[in-house]
Amino acid sequence: MKDPEIYGLLAEFETAEAVVEAAHRTYAAGYRKIDAYSPFPIEELWEAIGFHKNGVAPVCLLGGLLGGTGAYLLQWWINTISYPVNIGGRPYHSWPAFIIVTFEMTILFGGLSAVFGMLAMNGLPQPYHPLFNVDRFAGVTRDRFFIAIFASDAKYDLVETREFLQTLHPHSISEVPT
Amino acid sequence: MKDLTQVEPGEQKAPVMAPGHNYGTITDKISSIVLKKPVSKGWIFGLLVCFVILQWMLYGITLLFFKGVGVWGVNIPIGWGFAIVNFVWWIGIGHAGTLISAILLLLRQSWRNSINRFAEAMTLFAVACAGMFPIFHLGRPWVFYWLFPYPNTMGYWPNFRSPLVWDVFAVSTYGTISLVFWYVGLIPDLATLRETADKKVLKYIFGMLALGWRFSARHWSRYETAYLLLAGLATPLVLSVHTVVSFDFAIGIVPGWHTTIFPPYFVAGAIYSGFAMVLVLAIPIRKFYHLEDFITARHIENSAMVMLATGWIVAYGYGFEAFMNWYSGDVYEGFVRFNRLHGPYAFWYISLLACNILIPQVLWIRRLRLNNFWLFMISMDILIGMWLERFVIVVVSLHRDFLNSSFGMYYPTQIDWAIFIGTLGFFTACMFLFMRLLPSISIFELRTLLPEAEAVKHE
Repeated sequence: MKDPEIYGLLAEFETAEAVVEAAHRTYAAGYRKIDAYSPFPIEELWEAIGFHKNGVAPVCLLGGLLGGTGAYLLQWWINTISYPVNIGGRPYHSWPAFIIVTFEMTILFGGLSAVFGMLAMNGLPQPYHPLFNVDRFAGVTRDRFFIAIFASDAKYDLVETREFLQTLHPHSISEVPT
Repeated sequence: MKDLTQVEPGEQKAPVMAPGHNYGTITDKISSIVLKKPVSKGWIFGLLVCFVILQWMLYGITLLFFKGVGVWGVNIPIGWGFAIVNFVWWIGIGHAGTLISAILLLLRQSWRNSINRFAEAMTLFAVACAGMFPIFHLGRPWVFYWLFPYPNTMGYWPNFRSPLVWDVFAVSTYGTISLVFWYVGLIPDLATLRETADKKVLKYIFGMLALGWRFSARHWSRYETAYLLLAGLATPLVLSVHTVVSFDFAIGIVPGWHTTIFPPYFVAGAIYSGFAMVLVLAIPIRKFYHLEDFITARHIENSAMVMLATGWIVAYGYGFEAFMNWYSGDVYEGFVRFNRLHGPYAFWYISLLACNILIPQVLWIRRLRLNNFWLFMISMDILIGMWLERFVIVVVSLHRDFLNSSFGMYYPTQIDWAIFIGTLGFFTACMFLFMRLLPSISIFELRTLLPEAEAVKHE
């Protein structure tokens, strides 16, 4: 039974251990369109919902490489082609002098790519989300832990999924309106 | 499993967090400073004083912009006066913030979690103060963007072989990465404030700043990776910044500047003065905002020990400088030594040795490390000492170089002092505003220090 008015079901837990345990069981029960919420980062929690790899590191590496290569090529082009100036008899392509700016730009572009890449992959900024319709969900910003099973999941069924969530002994279960 | 709220047996150290806290009490205690507590008279008074001092800076800058650098005491042979002294001093102070937030994170020093937020804010404001000075020093500050390589109708490009251009890149990268690091750390706490705030306008502002953060495990995963990568990138960055600043001197041929010890010695000095500033801020903040539960004797003592260690690296730098003056066999280098100890600025050099090497040795005494008043005074002493060090490096080296005919003296003017003291007002005013408007301690990182949060990590 699917209900277009419902975005998903949200179960609330009181401790970190309980939510990690519940996340393992939810994943084991075959649910895949799920997410967990905690007031601080818990590595075991994202592992438990089957989220093992995130793409932040490659984005950071790519950004850093682009920044560094770009900076070096820019300096090379400026000093040998666009604006060659003889300074103290040094060669136009005096690479040791170019290393520092190359290094700094590697750091700058790598760092900014990591941050903006993280935000983009997280889909942020996103001021509105259906979860914010649930009053109890505000507790996640303080001391509560949650597991959500979304209605888009293949196994999702309003009655059966609710019954399944009951077996995890949550503190409360809420329906998330779209 | 390690319970960080407890004193470990056989260890005399104070705990990282006072016992008896849970996720909720941490959240309440820190967010209440921003949301619940009424604005105190002390805070208004403090901000007012800083604001008045800040006006000196604005006065000085206005005069400088209208009349030019002639209002300063700089002249040949001392072309680098207070502007560069203050620039190096301020940027050094910033370094402790990045050290605490990035290097100690990589070293898994979890005690850093309660002081990293305000140390990062300190970095940001110190870099802002530092960044102003080279721009004022340009003579035509309104064309500062000429420093960056951009296609222009003049058909010219910056000289990438000059340390001064390296500095532009190092400092602007440092400022940007520090800002991003600080903001990324703030996002989850801003989301907490969004839900805790009772006024609608506050909910709206914090909500917009939190970018819709919803504490999802997938988001946390990417967040933690990004944060760790930023820390990994900020670590070589912070070491490179003061290295590049030291190149401004070391690449030149002036006796007293042209030495290879400068990069490590500058970095150590930066961390030395930075930790002194951290303590100068932390000691009053924990007292007036009753944050002794989170900023404990452990933090204070650890910072004091970092000062002691970096102080000795700085002392080694002084010793090595003196050794090389002699060992080089260079007559001009030898004169640097003589001139520092017996020249017209001998008083400043001797004061510098006293402030930076002699007085801080009392930190070997544990009781003084734990005494807030004395530790505050010693930190102030180190800040003064490190300022004197930069003064000695810049002014004393320049005022007598190779030719007797080009010897001279440097006398700072009132405008020099007004701008310098004004930046102190700017810095402290920013800190006052930060303490009230944003969570000054990282709430979500403190939660991870609780025993119940530690329990799940070691399963």
